[in-house]
Amino acid sequence: MGELLIGLYVFVLATLAGREVISKVPPTLHTPLMSGANAISGIAIIGALVVTGSAPSLPVRILGTAGIVMATINVVGGFMVTDRMLQMFRKR
Amino acid sequence: MDTTIIAPIAYLISAILFVSGIKKLSSPATARSGNVRASLAMLLAIVVTLLEHEILDWTTVAGAIIAGAVIGGILARYIQMTAMPQLVAVFNGFGGGASAAVAAAEFVRLSGTGAALGAGSGVTIVLGTLIGAVTLSGSLIAFGKLQGVVTGNPVTFPLQKPLNALLFLAIVVAGAGLASDTILQGLGLGGAEAGTWLFMALVGGALLLGVLLVIPIGGADMPVVVSLLNSYSGLAAAATGFVLGNMILIIAGALVGAAGLILTQLMCKAMNRSLGNVAFGAFGTEGQVARVKTGERPVRDVDAEQAAMVLAYANSVAVVPGYGLAVAQAQHELKKVCDLLEERGVTVRFGVHPVAGRMPGHMNVLLAEADVSYDKLLDLDDINAEFDSTDVVLIVGANDVVNPAARDPDSVIAGMPILDVDRARNVIVMKRSLSPGFAGIDNDLFYMEHTMMFFGDAKDQMSELVKEVREA
Repeated sequence: MGELLIGLYVFVLATLAGREVISKVPPTLHTPLMSGANAISGIAIIGALVVTGSAPSLPVRILGTAGIVMATINVVGGFMVTDRMLQMFRKR
Repeated sequence: MDTTIIAPIAYLISAILFVSGIKKLSSPATARSGNVRASLAMLLAIVVTLLEHEILDWTTVAGAIIAGAVIGGILARYIQMTAMPQLVAVFNGFGGGASAAVAAAEFVRLSGTGAALGAGSGVTIVLGTLIGAVTLSGSLIAFGKLQGVVTGNPVTFPLQKPLNALLFLAIVVAGAGLASDTILQGLGLGGAEAGTWLFMALVGGALLLGVLLVIPIGGADMPVVVSLLNSYSGLAAAATGFVLGNMILIIAGALVGAAGLILTQLMCKAMNRSLGNVAFGAFGTEGQVARVKTGERPVRDVDAEQAAMVLAYANSVAVVPGYGLAVAQAQHELKKVCDLLEERGVTVRFGVHPVAGRMPGHMNVLLAEADVSYDKLLDLDDINAEFDSTDVVLIVGANDVVNPAARDPDSVIAGMPILDVDRARNVIVMKRSLSPGFAGIDNDLFYMEHTMMFFGDAKDQMSELVKEVREA
């Protein structure tokens, strides 16, 4: 089985797993869910690190560096702001 | 031991932590630790990547990470809670932008080697770039609309849909051309240079498409747009994972894609509209004055003292917040009113419509900020079961979501699930004027016999209410 096909299997199964757990998130937490998911989409940082780290040609390095900066903003900002929101959700 | 297996195993652990972290979001009590778990999953993936791949250019990598972390950290720490929809939109755009940048970098690297792209990597690179770029520009327009920099009204122009379709088609053809080289050669355009130009045209076209797709969508439909763009940012990351053959990118991207899609479906369902209608319907106009003949039907106008009396002597009160609460930033005053009522022994609960506000769960965050206990926030079905036995409903800055016209099959909002507030004994509507909501239609609720209109700015009127309830 080719790498692309394995990737497709993984993608479909991960989508199904995601559907299961995410559909159980109550409406109260939909904003934190969204901003948390948002932070997770910053996983693109992995790709950006891989392409930038190998000291490539200048155009690739520029694109990769822009990718790292944007993805890090997304990851750090996303998880922090989600935490800030979630600490406000309290029961009294 | 074979060291090549360490990274894949670490990525697998990271994937498990992501899924179990999201699972903990199923309850507010465990949600915070779930978010921490997901962030640890991310940290693990990053550290493993840095260790596994020989990083030759540490200065650039470290500099970029520090710059991003500082910007993201400052935004997250100092942003006003009321600006949360904008912030989510911006972060989302950066996620998409990062994926597009990675896919583009991979294209440049591969075309630099002179070898043909090959169908597999060609398709995934094109997809990653395309979805990422649409997410980036679309999110920035959504940000502009939420921030008020771009008009909240739908922006339409003649032939908009055919033009969008044509642009999309052109992008698909350009993408297919890049992915299979053969089309290019058929046109006598083979070679790396033609490919680079075509790729740049693709990026430009995708950025333009993102703008064009979001501008015709009105402000109150933003919960759908933000959810959908959220989904796109995940799909872009997954596409990048295919490009690089990296499983953690595919898994995390798929999770985000699923989350965004579920939220999109929920939001559409809560408005009884199809995704197509939201995306292309150019629905609604904010601040619309026409079409409603006000003043012809009598309304019962009350002041703060009268409203306070009705509230203070009730047994049960249900508060229905809407976007107007967020605009007026009246959530803290509202909380004070509710505290005073509870001290008097009144049962206070909140009914939150799924599309109230500008993003999914907007009202819940706003009320959580004001320190309202989350178990008092009821969703649509739960609060609707309570209205028959509720003495007073206090509506703050909501309109379409409480409009009984939704039960009329001829109305533009026909079939939209609404909060059945008219079934309560008394209704107090806090609103600036009788102007219609986003749907641009009059609201019969305002003219009902048991409805009291409490006109004014939500924050000022709420402060008045605090005083009057205290004295009641």
